[in-house]
Amino acid sequence: MSVLVLAEHDNNTLKDATLAAVTAAGQLGGEVHLLVAGQGVAGAAQAAAAVAGVAKVLVADDAAYANQLAENLAPLLVDLMAGYDALVAPATSAGKNVAPRVAALLDVAQVSDIIAVDSPDTFQRPIYAGNAVATVQSSDAKKVITVRTTAFAKAAATGGSAATENVAGKGDAGLSSFVGAELSQSDRPELTSAKVIVSGGRALGSAEAFQTVIEPLADKLGAAIGASRAAVDAGYMPNDYQVGQTGKIVAPELYIAAGISGAIQHLAGMKDSKVIVAINKDEEAPIFQVADFGIVGDLFQIVPEMTSKL
Amino acid sequence: MKVLVPVKRVVDANVKVRVKADQTGVELANVKMSMNPFDEIAVEEAVRLKEKGIASEIVVVSIGEAKASETLRTALAMGADRGILVKTDSAPEPLGVAKLLSKIVGEEAPGLVIMGKQAIDDDSNQTGQMLAALLGWAQGTFASKVEQDGDKLNVTREVDGGLETLALKLPAVVTTDLRLNEPRYASLPNIMKAKSKPIAEKTPEDYGVDIAPRLKTLKVSEPPKRQAGIKVETVDELIGKLKEVGAIA
Repeated sequence: MSVLVLAEHDNNTLKDATLAAVTAAGQLGGEVHLLVAGQGVAGAAQAAAAVAGVAKVLVADDAAYANQLAENLAPLLVDLMAGYDALVAPATSAGKNVAPRVAALLDVAQVSDIIAVDSPDTFQRPIYAGNAVATVQSSDAKKVITVRTTAFAKAAATGGSAATENVAGKGDAGLSSFVGAELSQSDRPELTSAKVIVSGGRALGSAEAFQTVIEPLADKLGAAIGASRAAVDAGYMPNDYQVGQTGKIVAPELYIAAGISGAIQHLAGMKDSKVIVAINKDEEAPIFQVADFGIVGDLFQIVPEMTSKL
Repeated sequence: MKVLVPVKRVVDANVKVRVKADQTGVELANVKMSMNPFDEIAVEEAVRLKEKGIASEIVVVSIGEAKASETLRTALAMGADRGILVKTDSAPEPLGVAKLLSKIVGEEAPGLVIMGKQAIDDDSNQTGQMLAALLGWAQGTFASKVEQDGDKLNVTREVDGGLETLALKLPAVVTTDLRLNEPRYASLPNIMKAKSKPIAEKTPEDYGVDIAPRLKTLKVSEPPKRQAGIKVETVDELIGKLKEVGAIA
């Protein structure tokens, strides 16, 4: 058994999602290799070689992989999979984009978003927005798996000394090209790896309220900021702040939900948080059913009071 | 160009599903079913492309039990032109669906396939990517904006860091995210009109596709239940409790 893990990186460093995927891959048994594909990835490749439990790092450094275009990456992965029994990718937007393309080309049924490895062919995964957990056994000779990164501990980022090998693929498939990106700039911790998250809902009522009410508390706690779908749909916050079934799945030590009613889709994204605090003026709001500590009242008074007293 | 929109019949998004006592699945008897919300967004986008004169015909496809024809009727009432129902006894896996769709694409030769990024029942998020792979087409997943630019399609995607825009060679597969549009409600006259729009009935055998599942569901269980905690009266009490459990210093 040998497992290839698709690394998520920003060319210079590895994302935490990669470390969780390495842990899941290790549970399949056998050697774990990491593929770092991109352009100018020397830094990320070096970081990959240091990850505990990684036996080898494959480096595909090519302009065609610079923007992780699925049309270019998939053929590279398919070629490499000739030598592996399983492909593991983190269930990030990049992993979710490319893994099924590889699975189809390998004629394999992908197992998406696993939360546990029961055996090398049997996995647990949430369905129906996490309201049920399916245990599925794959009969495919090769496995293609995406991993819910909050469900697996992060592999140690140091301590390993993997060999590095350069690999080349077919390059640009000529199907798609990168035009541009508008990425959120923030000094805050990344939402999916933050220890504390302060999340706001529609009750905030405006983008300004996120700045004047949510941000000061997040600053005080060194927290990431999240938002409900309703708040994102209303344009109060950008899409990448959305926590939920189809947004980001988070599991911080502390999740503070302010003015979030707790729709099924939102709960699916945060109910594995260690401690949940709900602030809502509607005492019947479903968010209170998952909250460890609830406080019924006006978030515009309670949140600033918390900020001042912490 | 012709636009193909696959749609899936799923448990309505507002239903809280319950796991069956024998752990073979979730309770589907007497549960409200609807079109997968992401697929509604896909139908809406196709209708808007038709209204802009970019799409010439909208063909909707559903794969599943006979009642999936209701989902097709909903899409026809929203503005699609005709439907194809591929009847199966149970819901095929995404790979099987992608294989069937690739055959239908072969027959229909659409210039664009728009579909939901994931179905809210199995939450797989695979079919669009798999279809693009089988066809050797470009894919624009998690789309929040779609614009035609000559022989290319510019797709803005919702990604973990924000938004990114890709230019796709056509034909292509686009999968929809939440912010692409807000689907319309079908008007009563359009619902009536949809009743006379054609739906062709097919079977997987018609397309020579093997949809035998590759994954065996050993069991479906309840997730660990989270106990509701306590309500506190004041911020001071809340801070005290959070310190007690070590959530804040």
